[in-house]
Amino acid sequence: MAGLEDLYREIILDHYRNPRNRGELEVPPAVQAVGFNPLCGDEVIVYVDVQDGVITDVSTGGQGCSISQSSASMMSTAIKGRSVAEARRMVRAFKHMMSIHGTGIGGTGDDLDDDGDSGNGAGDVKLGDLEALRGVVKFPVRIKCATLSWNTLVQALDETFA
Amino acid sequence: MSNGGRDRFAAATKAQFPLLERQVHGRPIVYLDSAASSQKPRCVLDAMNSYYETINANVHRGAYEIAAQATEAMEAARAGVARFVNAPSADEIVFTKNVTEAINLVARSWGGANLGPGDAVVITEMEHHANIVPWHIMAAEKGFELRWIGVEADGQLDLANLDRLLDGAKLLGVTAMSNVLGTLNPIRRLADAAHDAGALMLVDAAQYVPHLPTDVQALGADFLGFTGHKMCGPTGIGVLWARAELLEAMPPFLGGGEMILDVRKDGFLPNHIPHKFEAGTPPIAEIVGLGAAVQYLDGLGMDRVREHEVSLTAYALRTLEERYGSQLAVHGPSEPACRGGVLSMSFRDIHPHDLSQVLDDRGVCVRAGHHCAKPLMRHLGVPATTRASLYVYNDTSDVDALADALGVAGEFFAR
Repeated sequence: MAGLEDLYREIILDHYRNPRNRGELEVPPAVQAVGFNPLCGDEVIVYVDVQDGVITDVSTGGQGCSISQSSASMMSTAIKGRSVAEARRMVRAFKHMMSIHGTGIGGTGDDLDDDGDSGNGAGDVKLGDLEALRGVVKFPVRIKCATLSWNTLVQALDETFA
Repeated sequence: MSNGGRDRFAAATKAQFPLLERQVHGRPIVYLDSAASSQKPRCVLDAMNSYYETINANVHRGAYEIAAQATEAMEAARAGVARFVNAPSADEIVFTKNVTEAINLVARSWGGANLGPGDAVVITEMEHHANIVPWHIMAAEKGFELRWIGVEADGQLDLANLDRLLDGAKLLGVTAMSNVLGTLNPIRRLADAAHDAGALMLVDAAQYVPHLPTDVQALGADFLGFTGHKMCGPTGIGVLWARAELLEAMPPFLGGGEMILDVRKDGFLPNHIPHKFEAGTPPIAEIVGLGAAVQYLDGLGMDRVREHEVSLTAYALRTLEERYGSQLAVHGPSEPACRGGVLSMSFRDIHPHDLSQVLDDRGVCVRAGHHCAKPLMRHLGVPATTRASLYVYNDTSDVDALADALGVAGEFFAR
């Protein structure tokens, strides 16, 4: 049995208490998508502003548990300033880490190590932030909390190019 | 019931539930999620095993001994269920999968034949989605109006405009006990008002039949649904009770074997009630299990079950108030005699999902979420609650374990 400390890492609680990129963006130019977790009623709203294939701004709203809200916060810092293609690769890598059979971000490091720690415009993206969510996979019920904002991001990106 | 009497009652019942002997995460299980699904006593498990080991065969139409015995067991269960809710006849007991299917049956069959543009169905803001979505679906198809009875701050229905809401309505559908607030609604009064307005009364009794003595005739209901797995029975078996004349007049719901008297190339003749509404091979073992469950509850005595739960609910409300005061809100009526043992809590600003995770770590099983009642959640202004619910096997030690675990969660998230 995994302990609570595996789930509620300090960095997660920090993003929960002090969410980054929280709020709304003007639509348009931004695009908005809403994601629901029917399990618990959580709701995440993701706004992305894409200019010339680059996510120039991102913001998240809604309400939810510490896992869904911290994941949304970390997601926003991780993708801000990245190209849409990079963001989509990051989504794949993150969801791979969140799959029970996944080998984790380390196993798909090509997606992230190239640019995970390098300049991205937001300046504070660290691979380590996302790694903190790795423990969620030991609590299968909570995986949907962690992936909610990422799935909603995909919806928003799809809509941008719809 | 005194503290001692209450815990003696629970100790005797708890010993009958094998699952409650297990541990989770190295601690004794504290099961406080019976409003979602109750645990099963040994007698129910034995009855189902015994069915499979000794008389398993398809029911009705079999000429051989065990087929006759299986049929007899199924029909004996039907008769037992009818007695349990004081139905005038076992023919009025239709076996369904659960309450959801029971209400869908009414919406589709009765609603399909009787509702159209200009008609109205009245439901309440505290309904479970099972008594909302079937009416949304049929309203979209048939063009009738769906009207809503609101909920007041104390968790009671707002009945100030009841007569106006019922004007022109053909059906009033109300939960007998809210699965979120624990509110016990005034079903008889509502049924009388519905009948005065020329409407029928449908009761979602999923949270009521397991916990209080039920008399469908005294309640004044026309349709009443309940489900086996919340009342010590197995999953996969529920009941629609309806007055015989309504069932007789309603068209079939699902078509297939068992529900017919005759089938020709140019049509079919439906079977008599209740079989008209039971297409296909029924869940026989589950029906037998439900029969054993009502026998078990009858043996405990539903008056004593209710007495136990009122007493334990009072203890829980008092304990939580003493320990956490204004940090913890329990939604719904504050008077134990006016409510069931369903405690939907908001604790500090800890999200229910996070709270239930820490409680689970302590072996305490509660439910976090919207409890399939999103309109009510919006009314309460919360995205979700953490719900602990009490049943015959719970005692003060379970409530104390919950209170202790809440303290642990409070400390954990105050880090």
